[in-house]
Amino acid sequence: MSLINTAPEMALTTRVDDLLNWTRKSSLWYMMFGLACCAIEMMQTGGPRADLERFGMAPRATPRVSDVIIVSGTLTLKMALRTKLLYDQMPEPKYAISMGSCANCGGLFQLAYSVCDGVDRVIPVDVYVPGCPPRPEALTEGLIKLQEKIAQERWLVRKAEPVGVRA
Amino acid sequence: MAMDAAGLHARLREKFGDVVGPLEGSGRNASATVAPARIAEVGEFLKTDPALRFDCLSNLSGVDYPKQGHIQIVYHLFSYLHRHAFVLRVNAPRDNPQVATVSSVWSHADWQEREAFDLLGVTFEGHPDLRRILMPEDWPGHPLRKDFVEPESYHGIPTSRESLLKA
Repeated sequence: MSLINTAPEMALTTRVDDLLNWTRKSSLWYMMFGLACCAIEMMQTGGPRADLERFGMAPRATPRVSDVIIVSGTLTLKMALRTKLLYDQMPEPKYAISMGSCANCGGLFQLAYSVCDGVDRVIPVDVYVPGCPPRPEALTEGLIKLQEKIAQERWLVRKAEPVGVRA
Repeated sequence: MAMDAAGLHARLREKFGDVVGPLEGSGRNASATVAPARIAEVGEFLKTDPALRFDCLSNLSGVDYPKQGHIQIVYHLFSYLHRHAFVLRVNAPRDNPQVATVSSVWSHADWQEREAFDLLGVTFEGHPDLRRILMPEDWPGHPLRKDFVEPESYHGIPTSRESLLKA
């Protein structure tokens, strides 16, 4: 990400992609999708100590206005169908974070008859956050990784190579 | 006045005769078997008789015994008035388990019976709303039966995952 001020004062020069990515990554509204104990840690991450709002993130209760879905907790097969439905309702561009062992691969409950072995069985996942449950620091790290990913996207030239991390 | 297990059992035998089986166990785990069709009647008596007053059905659970060929429904009863407890057991044949409902006696049996229906496939005769409570409506079979085989996939979602620990 670079907002390089090469012009005289009061002017800002940048690339369109960079500007778009900067705005996008700086206001990631996340859909609260707490399914189990990981949700407690997600709430803590949104709380004053880890404070996600400093990244411009705000919890949303509806998929219609959300940019990222944080799947936190054990995903049962019954819920997996609803997860897919909710993800399909999110507007593009959309991202998904799988938080915790259960959402990553089924975790402790992988062999249970009722549990879906990972949320990536139903929706595409951008960032996997390991842990059982992950601490707020870990989820923050995952969100920063997602921001890095967003910063490399190209919007003007579709299917172009990612721009890579620039100084 | 709290009654001991032998006293409770004697009172039941006096009223119902051979419908109630012999006393097994002792203390709070003392139990007796009851004929499947008569359980509602026995429950009604246990709840309304002034000397017994079993006002709380603490737990209703089920066990599958494939070798004996029956499914056992277990009723843990407790009286808050007299502070005594008793356990009733009902054996229903495995191929067509039918037990009389006690939800008309203890209204909180409603959901517990739905759970037993969902997971073990026991039909509770006279239940007002016998639907699945935990598993999806279109789930095949009853997962707590010993011969339940997990389906390969559910609505296109695979139910097993390759282990990462394989050498």
